[in-house]
Amino acid sequence: MSTAPLVPEHELPDTHYLNATYGSGRSIRAWLLTTDHKRIALLYLASVTVFFFIGGIFATMIRIHLLTPGGALVSPETYNKLFTMHGVAMIFFFLIPSIPAILGNFLIPIMIGAKDLAFPKINLLSWYIYLIGGCFVLYSFGTGGLDTGWTFYTPLSSIYSNSAVTPAVIGIFINGFSSILTGLNFIVTIHTMRAPGMTWFRLPLFVWAHYATSLVMILGTPVVAITLLLAGLERMFHLGFFNPSMGGDPILFQHLFWFYSHPAVYIMILPAMGVVSEIIPTFARKPIFGYSFIAASSIAIAVIGFFVWAHHMFVTGESTYAALAFSFLSYLVAIPSAIKVFNWTATLYKGSISWDPPMIYALGFIGLFTIGGLTGLSLACLGLDIHVHDTYFVVAHFHYIMVGGAVMGYVGGLHFWWPKITGRLYPKALSRFAAIVLFIGFNLTFFPQFILGYLGMPRRYHSYPPEFQVLNVLSTAGASILAVGYLLPMLYLFWSMRYGKVAGPNPWPATGLEWKTDSPPPTENFHVTPVVDWEPYDYRNRPDLGLAAGGPLAPAHGDD
Amino acid sequence: MHRTGELYGQFQTLEQQKESSTLGMWIFLVTEVLFFGGMFLTYTINRHQYFTAFGIGSNTLDIKLGTINTGVLILSSLTMAMAVWSAQVGKKGLVTGFLIATLALGTVFLGIKVVEYKQKFDHHLIPGHGFDVWYQVDNTKPETEMGKKLLDDEREELHKATLTDPDIQSHAQLYFSLYFAMTGLHALHMIVGAGLLIWLIKLSMRGRFTPQYNTPVEIVGLYWHFVDIVWIYLFPLLYLIDRHR
Amino acid sequence: MQSQLPLYPPEASNFAPHVDALMIFITSVCVFFAAGITIAIIYFFFKYHRKQVDAIGVPIHGDPRLEAAWIIIPSILALAMFAWGAVVYVDYRHTPSDTLDIYVIGKQWMWKVQQPNGLKEINELHVPVGRNIRLILASEDVIHDFFVPAFRVKMDVIPGYNRYNTMWFRPTKAGRYHFFCSQYCGTNHALMGGWVTVMEPTEYAAWLSGSGAGGANPVAVGEKLFAEKACITCHLANGTGRAPSLNGLYGAQVLLAGGATVTADEAYIRESILQPNAKIVARYEPLMPPYQGQLTEEQVIALTEYIKSLRSQPVPVKGSGIAPVRGDETAPAPEKR
Repeated sequence: MSTAPLVPEHELPDTHYLNATYGSGRSIRAWLLTTDHKRIALLYLASVTVFFFIGGIFATMIRIHLLTPGGALVSPETYNKLFTMHGVAMIFFFLIPSIPAILGNFLIPIMIGAKDLAFPKINLLSWYIYLIGGCFVLYSFGTGGLDTGWTFYTPLSSIYSNSAVTPAVIGIFINGFSSILTGLNFIVTIHTMRAPGMTWFRLPLFVWAHYATSLVMILGTPVVAITLLLAGLERMFHLGFFNPSMGGDPILFQHLFWFYSHPAVYIMILPAMGVVSEIIPTFARKPIFGYSFIAASSIAIAVIGFFVWAHHMFVTGESTYAALAFSFLSYLVAIPSAIKVFNWTATLYKGSISWDPPMIYALGFIGLFTIGGLTGLSLACLGLDIHVHDTYFVVAHFHYIMVGGAVMGYVGGLHFWWPKITGRLYPKALSRFAAIVLFIGFNLTFFPQFILGYLGMPRRYHSYPPEFQVLNVLSTAGASILAVGYLLPMLYLFWSMRYGKVAGPNPWPATGLEWKTDSPPPTENFHVTPVVDWEPYDYRNRPDLGLAAGGPLAPAHGDD
Repeated sequence: MHRTGELYGQFQTLEQQKESSTLGMWIFLVTEVLFFGGMFLTYTINRHQYFTAFGIGSNTLDIKLGTINTGVLILSSLTMAMAVWSAQVGKKGLVTGFLIATLALGTVFLGIKVVEYKQKFDHHLIPGHGFDVWYQVDNTKPETEMGKKLLDDEREELHKATLTDPDIQSHAQLYFSLYFAMTGLHALHMIVGAGLLIWLIKLSMRGRFTPQYNTPVEIVGLYWHFVDIVWIYLFPLLYLIDRHR
Repeated sequence: MQSQLPLYPPEASNFAPHVDALMIFITSVCVFFAAGITIAIIYFFFKYHRKQVDAIGVPIHGDPRLEAAWIIIPSILALAMFAWGAVVYVDYRHTPSDTLDIYVIGKQWMWKVQQPNGLKEINELHVPVGRNIRLILASEDVIHDFFVPAFRVKMDVIPGYNRYNTMWFRPTKAGRYHFFCSQYCGTNHALMGGWVTVMEPTEYAAWLSGSGAGGANPVAVGEKLFAEKACITCHLANGTGRAPSLNGLYGAQVLLAGGATVTADEAYIRESILQPNAKIVARYEPLMPPYQGQLTEEQVIALTEYIKSLRSQPVPVKGSGIAPVRGDETAPAPEKR
């Protein structure tokens, strides 16, 4: 019975992707012209964090403003700009690129045993496109702001709004191509770049989730790009595509917009599900329960997700038959998510569970995602949606999915792979504390909003009737705790880059290919091309992990 | 990533490299289909709603130029296909020749498009404040009997159309908005294609394409054919929907 | 009385109890599953906590029976939620025939309401308790949404010449309730709300006539407009004019050129005034000029109300392209969406 520490003292490898001297070495120029997927992931990490900060500041101001019924902080115009810019920054420039472009970019090639993505230059191009799009949007924020709501409904956005809609629309249009190219790169890479022995059913579930995400990116994003382009043209040249007074149809815009923007929520949540599917088996030290069901449910979500968009439009007066069909399909898309939650929970059964920080985040994810997903059932329900549509119930629901789900998964994933990315560990006790602060702060912020919504408080209100104040104050109080929950990881993760304990190649230990190489990995990921001869998440047949062949719960099977 | 000859460092074999590039281009074309799809949907819904106005708008297009352009593009697809074939069988000189021919035909197409746009401008058919479907029939001085008759027919038709669709001004404007958006986007794709062709011609003149390595020609070929196919749909939808004169 | 921190708004319409019951059902199912998952996670977390640093878990790869169970059982529950929701929704969309019709016009950032007798209100809506009310919604600019939490009703108000969204409800409890605009519509979106006052029918009648100074009867205004705008020169009552007679039009099936039929509801009448040539009645020439941009929303409402008022008079059968209302002629027209 070994009691030796599993993580002996390690030293960083001499050369790795961070200090590599290829190209022009460690200069800024070498970073800006890099085609190394790992460095590009870090470029994304930096720029996405900037947008998260910007969006976060807007969110803070929104919550402070709503402390009093009349609005405590800003004018109505400014408030409208705040929530619009919060939405645009968070959705298009934080949530959509966060996990795919940072963790996906960094990990997919390593996880499948490749040296890089199939198209490294296109990968770099995606980042520049993201930056250019981001600049347009920041320009719009800086010159007059944006007050249309992130949904850009016509004719408000195309005719009536006096804010800087055109640069914002152009920015999001441009940014769309960043998503498309990333998705394209992932799909091709997963198809053609797998190492010997890495069959489709040995792929980590993180890769399956990204495959599904990429499908949505390449099929949905072009549609929203063209839709926003048409709305922008309409605004610039006074055309009439969506303008009822010129014969256009404002509802057509909503159809086209949601055809992308509903699947887009799956771009945000599927990768987080992938992260959780990696974390749970690692810290329960057993194979994931129902691998093929989790993999297939990712694909099912991506496919069915394209056929539910009009559930955002139940109160537009759309035909009853259409409403019935879309409600039914919306219930259908809930099933694959349920399958995942059940399988994750079942994975814990008879595990050897540790409470390392990533696990706390992952379990928090399951709790919050479950609430978010289940309240989605109320919104998919035709009779109920009429009442709760466009109220704070919806706001609470999608924040549970997007923040409780996607962001929790993102932060959890950062904690899980941080030792791989930087080669160093962060203070575990502090990060466990941060995870719990995040969980509590989040619930306090958003749970009251479900009640607010059912009571009838519409969303996007800069002032509200006084009877809603108590719950709004609660929500704002929660937001201040939530802010601490985000700031803490930012601080200690940053601190750990220099002062953290050296992690070694496989600190947890985990079974994926990415843990078979150095931390941080060398530029070409592996010193020799790996050959995969084990099943995913298999702890029993992996003597190289240095674990007991079986825990006290499972007698050892030394013979196989 | 280091490059060994034609093989980029991230790949293990040339075959893998080729498979990746081709798959990548096909996936890109799928996104392009959806990209144009949004516009085709907008077109279809409005065409259904404003049947008459779209017919009127369509009739003002120059069918002769449109047909010539269609022919030019189909021909360019042929020369592109020939370029791919030449690369595959290793006829280096022919590759360059066919690529130049394709580029030339693409340029002709764009040139004719410019002439057409200019016509629309002269006829006050650019959406915006100056838009006027009546402008041409009101302001043209026919020189021949034939021209006068044509003009009278057109005026008659516009009158009839106004009876069924009194707001024909704004609905025809919708047609032209879509006409410019769709053909403009298509032309943009042609310009990108022309850029890619210039790049290929440069490589080809250096003799880079061999039967073993010709992926760039092949995937640019895929792109070029796709852009042609878009036009094959645009031509009837924009030019031919209401031809009876 | 509501407690200080209520969990649901007052139930003041026929829909409210159904919606709340549905909410309780779905929430119960959700709480059951959320609690189950949470308890399972916490239990497993402590029960199977790692005992030794190098211990691994039992290699269980899955169980098809369990997978089947947690696919089939949630599917059945989801189907039940869908079905119940659909039943309630159909009720929302199936307007009864005996409604009191009130026009509601949204514009940035106010609501203009017009009672059946022409009385105009701004950001106020008075309705009698126990009557089926139908709101006919139009927008002058962007998309708005009329939302009364206490009634659990909500409907988008969409601009465009061929659109009137309608919604119906039956207030069940007298009182004053908030209504809101719940589709974001620009700067003062949050201020675009007001109060619904639900009154006893007698009070309502008294209020209607008492504040009679408010406005002229829309039917009368419409009749005057009908003459002023020279509609009357073509739309002869006996069906011999250049345009179809409008007697008995409302609620009837109209045969269009090309063979299709439409039901002549408010949206059809509105479209036929603003864009007459969108739908041409069979055997008539498209002669009428469009009135889009020439009439205010209020004038369109007045004309529509006047045309609707012509329903009790004899229906011309010959050459009109308009079929008589099926069933009892004096009964109000059946409403179809």
